Amino acid sequence: MSHTIASIREGLLKKKFSAEEFTRQALERAERENPKTNAYLTFASVRAMAAAEAVDRKIAAGEDPGALAGVPVAVKDVIVTKGLRTTCGSKLLEHYIPPYDATAVIRLERAGGIMIGKTNCDEFAMGSSNENSAFGPVRNPVALDRVPGGSSGGSAAAVAQGTAVVALGSDTGGSVRQPASFCGVAGVTPTYGRVSRYGLTAFASSLDHIGPLAKTTRDAAALLQVIAGRDEMDATSASAPVPDYLGALTGDVKGLKLGLPREYFEGLASDTGDRILAAVGVLKRLGCLVRDISLPHTQYAIAAYYIIATAEASANLARYDGVRYTTRAGSAGTLTDMYRETRDEGFGAECKRRIMLGTYVLSAGYYDAYYIKAQRVRTLIARDYAEAFKNVDAIVAPVSPFPAFKIGEKVDDPVAMYLSDIYTITGDLAGIPCMSVPCGLTPGGLPVGLQILASHFNETTMFRVADAYERAST
Amino acid sequence: MKITDQEVRRVAELASLALRDDEVERMAKDLDNILSHIDKLNELDTTGVEPMAQVLFESDETATLREDRERPSLSNSEALANAPVSGSGYFKVPRVIER
Repeated sequence: MSHTIASIREGLLKKKFSAEEFTRQALERAERENPKTNAYLTFASVRAMAAAEAVDRKIAAGEDPGALAGVPVAVKDVIVTKGLRTTCGSKLLEHYIPPYDATAVIRLERAGGIMIGKTNCDEFAMGSSNENSAFGPVRNPVALDRVPGGSSGGSAAAVAQGTAVVALGSDTGGSVRQPASFCGVAGVTPTYGRVSRYGLTAFASSLDHIGPLAKTTRDAAALLQVIAGRDEMDATSASAPVPDYLGALTGDVKGLKLGLPREYFEGLASDTGDRILAAVGVLKRLGCLVRDISLPHTQYAIAAYYIIATAEASANLARYDGVRYTTRAGSAGTLTDMYRETRDEGFGAECKRRIMLGTYVLSAGYYDAYYIKAQRVRTLIARDYAEAFKNVDAIVAPVSPFPAFKIGEKVDDPVAMYLSDIYTITGDLAGIPCMSVPCGLTPGGLPVGLQILASHFNETTMFRVADAYERAST
Repeated sequence: MKITDQEVRRVAELASLALRDDEVERMAKDLDNILSHIDKLNELDTTGVEPMAQVLFESDETATLREDRERPSLSNSEALANAPVSGSGYFKVPRVIER
């Protein structure tokens, strides 16, 4: 489906098709295509058709059908949906039916968006390849023997495959941007607090974000416009006003100062580096002023992240104890047996590894040496960015050191997998907005993503750069 | 080795995970690799650097409180709907106290 939010709106308002027809086709297509990629875990057929009818009724009554009218949206399965199974990619929640909707889902449906299904992901969003899902890996639509990236691999694959026009993912260490780059779509991690996390299953609360994915920057920005803003159900959601993102997309970036962090070009695969530098060349021709900058603490980000994120995860995942969330094992034994056996059977290897590491770094004798130390390093990483943004308007960098790798290629080496998150983790640690925008293919035909980072609440600048690049390169 | 099998078993107990023997061995190896990488942080002198627990913005944009007013919450049956075992309006678990 080559549709955009704007083309669907035009089709609906000019009566080329109804939302009902369009949604039925989108659902049929998504279900038909799904065996190729395994992008969806659950389809929301009944709910989608009801939402489509509501859009048609509004149009018939001459009312505004909303900014996302009739747009098929895929939602990552760590975001809860009332009455619709939400698995978090875990065997533990295979049959979990949430009793409420996430705020982001309520907002996108209120704007006329049609949630067509829930997408596959790494278990509890822990992974960089989507191979940690209890329901099988997702295959990259660009190259079916390769991973789509993770953890929002299903959402990125759904958009790349064209079965959804936009999607919601979640990002804690790169889980929206990295799959977006691997699948050749745009993916946005907004400022921490910009989008309510009410209804986002908690992984690492000081790092978790909900973010949009789309074929184009414009559509990703339009989805963010709808879901951003204060929500009284999430005390960490920011009350700063949401600017008009689309209005700022003029294509003019003349005079914008962009920083190239030298630490992000060390250890970069040459086929990826070439595409990034070519994209920087395009931005220069558009009138951007590019200068080298340094983010000196980058090399410490992975270590700090895997302490902080796992410490928070070990606490957040304590709730899956066999009491409230559908799955219980060890029913013949004691309460302690029930907890331990439920968790041992329910969690996959990566979740266990992270729960163990997080519990270890928080345990007596290690708390200061690991956890507090990591938080101090986090301050240094955030300061690196604050310093950089005194001199530049945005930072451009790679998203991932290499393009999509083969399924199975990295599963046996967790540290190598963690290290691949090097360019995305720092943005989450600092809480700044960052996104991936497609910047061409490697000689082997695999998509590469250009990362654009801006200062807190400065999504507008980030979108301007991405949109201008897209216009100039297509 | 930075972490022994015995420590892995102790941490598993703290985390309420029942690891099998083969899992313990694999876990010790994986954690050892990760902790070796994490040691990198000791290269940095962080004396006097404040720990950052959360992203906080200069103005009071986060940590705002909502108005305290009554509103409907989940019903008892909705709250229990996903419980593996429930009864009489409660979550049921194995007996904790022996009479």
